[in-house]
Formats: sequence, structure tokens, C-alpha cells
Amino acid sequence: MEQFEIRKIWDLNFLGHDISFTNSSLMMIVALLLISGFMIYAMNGRSLVPTRIQSLAEIVYEYIAGMVKENLGEEGMKYFPWVFSIFIFILVLNVIGLIPGNFTVTSHIIVTFALAAMVWLTATFIGFWKHGFGYLKLFVPSGVPLWLMPVIVPIELISYFIRPVSHSVRLFANMMAGHTMLKVFAGFAVMLPWWGKIAPAGFMVAFTGLELLVAFLQALIFTVLTCIYVNDAVNMHH
Amino acid sequence: MFAGTTLLLTAAAQAAEIVAENGAMPHESVGLPQLNTHHFAPQLFWLAVTFVTLLFVMSKIALPRVGEVLEERRDRIKRDLDAASRLKAETDKALADYEKALADARSNASGIAKETREKLAAETETERHRVDDQIAAKLREADKRIAATKSKATSAIGEIATDTAKAVVEKLIGQSVTPDDVKKVLRPVAGE
Repeated sequence: MEQFEIRKIWDLNFLGHDISFTNSSLMMIVALLLISGFMIYAMNGRSLVPTRIQSLAEIVYEYIAGMVKENLGEEGMKYFPWVFSIFIFILVLNVIGLIPGNFTVTSHIIVTFALAAMVWLTATFIGFWKHGFGYLKLFVPSGVPLWLMPVIVPIELISYFIRPVSHSVRLFANMMAGHTMLKVFAGFAVMLPWWGKIAPAGFMVAFTGLELLVAFLQALIFTVLTCIYVNDAVNMHH
Repeated sequence: MFAGTTLLLTAAAQAAEIVAENGAMPHESVGLPQLNTHHFAPQLFWLAVTFVTLLFVMSKIALPRVGEVLEERRDRIKRDLDAASRLKAETDKALADYEKALADARSNASGIAKETREKLAAETETERHRVDDQIAAKLREADKRIAATKSKATSAIGEIATDTAKAVVEKLIGQSVTPDDVKKVLRPVAGE
């Protein structure tokens, strides 16, 4: 499991708080630079007829913009930069983590949990800010007979509070499982005699392709769920 | 947005630190590296730093540019489509005008042709009437002439007959007779 190990690069301390620069921090910085560089370089020409890289940036933009519009409506577009940042940050962290030797930031529960908690707290804040105590109606579904309420309300409450957990564990577990799997098969490929290496090596090639899909899919799922949670808070459709 | 996000993530980092300090985990954990609480705080700190920076760069620089280009393209396409539909309307109008002019010219031409035809027909008719009248007049004149000639011829016959009868009688009786005598004799024969 040493591929998940956090290694300190610089020991840093800020007012007694441990803020050491680690391999995880390095990958986050790399992702930040990659994304910013890509988005800014791609739009450098700002041409009406896009170049290849520009249309790539536009495709990502329109994809997430479409998702936000579909879930939150036109007025939800003010959350678009935030949703876009979540998507592209997780996507790039997932994908660059697949490069052998790289550290996968999203395979750490604390990171995914922090992101999920940010989403959950933001959604909850928006809900109370927009609807006041009316937001609590989210836990009282309409059309349910009164005698069922003692059962339904706790279930709704629990499902609401479990959201950040399921939201974060889904991403973290997928990333960790995929990487562990790759590690195990890479281990086979190393340990087996030369005539046996081909099978696990071939499997690794195929599985890396699958992992690429999972990396994209999990970033997407995380983002879609973010939209859904925020939509609950903004529109209170349940 | 940035302030809120920063606040959230720094709060999480501090909470993680408290957990790490009071947690039951030994300093160097032997389990999953993901559960080593000592590494939570730096990860959260750098997550907050990078994510907030990313959010700033995306919302202030990168995304407005993309939005701008997309909007400009949408506007341009809309403008072009509008211009195209305007031009099409103009073409349609020109075509309708042309067709109308053509129809007008056609009806004009047929009107002129009809008029000419009628005029010509009328002229022919009057001409025919004139000629008819002329012919009738000539006929009447000829009839008159024939009648005159006939009556003249008839009277001449009497004279000739008288002359002939006188000559015959003179020859027969060897004595001259007056035409009046002959006439007197011949009158009943002539049926006068």
C-alpha cells in the first residue's frame, strides 16, 4: 500500500499547524497548473472557428454548463464556476494519478470527504438561506400519509446526513480499489517467470483503459451528485 | 464564493488537526495510509489552497473567456442566420414582383391583341358594307342600262320591221309605200 503513502517533501509549519508540502500537495499543484494552463492556453486565440485545443476546452465547458443548466436551471449558472472547478479538479487528479509512480490525491478519503463536505455544507447553507426554515420541508415529503411520518422523517434525515459520506466514499473507494488492483497485477507480472508475465501484463493494459473510464466516470458522478444536492437546496424538488 | 469555500476547507483542516492530536491513532500508523490522521491537516490545507486558487482562476479568468467566445459565436451565427433570412425575404419579394410584372405584361399584351383584333374586324366589316353597297349600286345601274337597251332594242325592232316590210312590199307591188301605211298595217301584227 505504499502507493497511497503520504511523503513529506518540505516540512512546513504555520503558527504551530502542520502544513507540510507532501507528494499529495505536489499533485494538487500539478493539477492546478495543468488545468489553468490548459484552459488559458486553449482560449488564447479566442477564435470564432476554434482550434482543436480550443474546441476541447469548449466541449468541457459546454458539457458542465449543460449539466448545471439541466439540473439547476438558468439561474443556477452562478454556481457554474464552482461545479466546473470540482469536476475538472477531480477529473485531472484521477487521470494524472493513473500515470505509474504518480500519487492519486483522490484515493485519500480525507480529500474526497473534504470536497463532499464542502458540497454538502454549501447545499445546506443555500437551502436555509433561500428557504429559511422552510428548507426543513425537504425531510417531510408531500403526499405521504401522516402515520408514516415518524418513519419517513428519520429516514429522510439520515439519508440527508449520510450524503457527504456516500458522496466521498464512492470516489475514494473507486480510486483506491482501482489502484490496488493495478498494483496487485503489476506484482504478479514482476513475480511470475518470464512465460507467465504476459497474462497479468495484458490484463494491466486492459484494466488501465477501464481505470481511465472509471477516473472520468467518478469525476462525472461526483459532479452530477453535486448538482443534484445543490438543486435540492435551490429548488426543493423532492 | 471564495471566502465561503476557503472558510469551509480551513475549518475542516483545523478539525482534522484536532482529531490528529487527540486521536487514538499512533503517530506512525501501520494500517492504511489513508487513515493516518497526521496527514489529514497538510492535505486539507493544500486542498484548500489549490482548490480556491483553481476556483479563482476558473471563475475570473478561464471560464469568462470561454463563455465570451461561445456567446460571440452564438451571436455571429444568429446574425448570419438573420441576414440570410432577410436576404431570402428580399429575394422572395423580388421574385413575386417579377412574376406580377410578367402577369401584368401578359394581360396587357392580350388586351392589346384583343383590341387590335376587334378594330380590324370592325374595319373589315365597314369595308365589306361599303363594297356591298358599291356592288349593289353598280348592279342597279347595270339593270337600268339593260332595261334601257332592251326598250331601245324593242323600238328599233319596229322600225326595222317597218323598213323591211316597206322594202318587201315595194319589191312585191313595185310601188312605193309610205312608212305610215306600213306601220298602220303592221301595228296589229306587232300586237300594239
